[in-house]
Amino acid sequence: MIVSMLIAVLVVSTIAGALAAVLAVSEYYLANYGPCRVTINEEREVTVQGGKSLLSSLVDEKIFIPSACGGRGTCGLCKVKVLEGAGPLLPTEEPYLDEEERESNVRLSCQVKIRNDLKIELPAELLAVQEYRCRCAKITDLTHDIKLFRFELIEPQTMDYIPGQYVQLLAPAYGKRREEVYRAYSIASDPAENNIIELIIRLVPGGICTTYCFEHLEEGDEVRINGPYGDFRLSETNAPAVFIAGGSGMAPIKSILHHMKNTGSQRRGVYYFGANSTNELFMTDLMRQFESELPSYRYVPVVARPENNGWNGETGLVTEAVQRGLKDAAAYEAYLCGSPGMIDAAVKVLMELGVTEDKIFYDKFA
Amino acid sequence: MNLGAEAGHALAVCVAAIFTQNILLAYFLGLCPFIGVSREVKTAFGLGLAVIFVMTSTTLLNWLAYHYVLEPLKLEFFRFILFIIIIAAFVQFVEMAIERFSPFLYHQLGVFLPLITVNCAILGASLFMVIRDYSFIVTVGYGLGSGIGWFLAIMAMAGIRQRLANDRIPRGLQGPGITLIIAGLMALAFIGFTGVLQGQ
Repeated sequence: MIVSMLIAVLVVSTIAGALAAVLAVSEYYLANYGPCRVTINEEREVTVQGGKSLLSSLVDEKIFIPSACGGRGTCGLCKVKVLEGAGPLLPTEEPYLDEEERESNVRLSCQVKIRNDLKIELPAELLAVQEYRCRCAKITDLTHDIKLFRFELIEPQTMDYIPGQYVQLLAPAYGKRREEVYRAYSIASDPAENNIIELIIRLVPGGICTTYCFEHLEEGDEVRINGPYGDFRLSETNAPAVFIAGGSGMAPIKSILHHMKNTGSQRRGVYYFGANSTNELFMTDLMRQFESELPSYRYVPVVARPENNGWNGETGLVTEAVQRGLKDAAAYEAYLCGSPGMIDAAVKVLMELGVTEDKIFYDKFA
Repeated sequence: MNLGAEAGHALAVCVAAIFTQNILLAYFLGLCPFIGVSREVKTAFGLGLAVIFVMTSTTLLNWLAYHYVLEPLKLEFFRFILFIIIIAAFVQFVEMAIERFSPFLYHQLGVFLPLITVNCAILGASLFMVIRDYSFIVTVGYGLGSGIGWFLAIMAMAGIRQRLANDRIPRGLQGPGITLIIAGLMALAFIGFTGVLQGQ
């Protein structure tokens, strides 16, 4: 009995061991692609060990490509132009790339495996992206489901960003979750305080990162963010600007307004901020303060269903208020931030008012 | 049995495994990738080919392992463990090899290989081959037929799902729900083949 058990264990272990050895040996010979050179924008060259994905190799080199799914090919954010050496497009990438992107060699960097030397092109601002350690200095309730998080940068101590850009916040493993996730949030702070990053976050029921921020993150905790990313920003023209936002879409607009104040901008601006009820309005005092600090700027809060009779501002949907209030719309540039539904509705209204598509800029929450 | 009769038996088993005994539609094995990767005909095609290849080769490998290692040592009860180890190692090895030597083949087939390491249809085919006591040549027919049967089923499903993509399906049924219902209907259709051929 014991003998046959021993034989059984021995046989299975031998076979499994032999197979593992075969795999180990073949991995050494077959999957070893040696050091590969990745040339970035024709100027910088990094040498990485071949065999890993482009995304993770770049992260090892401290070049952060935005990615929300952790390299599983499901978010489609980690797009990178690979000029040479990527091989044919993979079926796993196809759903995320449109015609134009395919023709200009855009690839999902999490799916491209480095097997030989590569030439890639990255937007200059991605090279400026860094990882920051920071301390959560203050958490402020703004409404029943929106909070303001203030982070002090520890290392590096300052971040140079363009108002309107966003950062990715790392939610560490908590509770039953074993994996860390990155989620993108627009920077809300005053760019003059470059050692501070403020984020305005709305609780998404069941959301991994927002649940972490609302239920686990406490003042004094250390977190990691990386950034800045994104090309939502105020243009350099002098055209009057109409800002339209709702909920946590306040964040990038607030940062842009600080920036306008800091640079003494003379631009005309009007800011329509939509809320369902009056208690969903927040930072009204600050927005009013900008009215006196900026030469030509108006804040128009719009409440869909005011619950008390004391409300004497605009009512209805924010898009309806824009339709009623925006005169000479064609001269304006529009900056939108909010839910996809709100943005789509706002784009439609603006185009009806005569704003051309190339003058409408938006930051859609995905 | 002489070689001619053996080959005839193998052919019958092969055809039966494709139609009347379809491993997916009659035994409902390998459902996970069947539902997960049947959204587009093109990807279903790649996965289906990979299944044909892996199923044929692993049933043969497992036949050898069973008859030359497990049987002489009277360790037949270890076949579950051994078969799955062999399948996993084989798939890993093939993936590495074709990634290295044939980038074209890797892009068409290789990316799907990790998905089918744990496909229960693959293990199922090896176990059925033991239960039904197939000879080596019949096993070739059986492995190939099972693979082709699975391939046909996923291709049919992907074709249907591509057409469904723009249909308004009730919310609760979207995705896997409607796919399982379609799989059930397809299985009913395949039952129509029953009795045409009984090859076991």
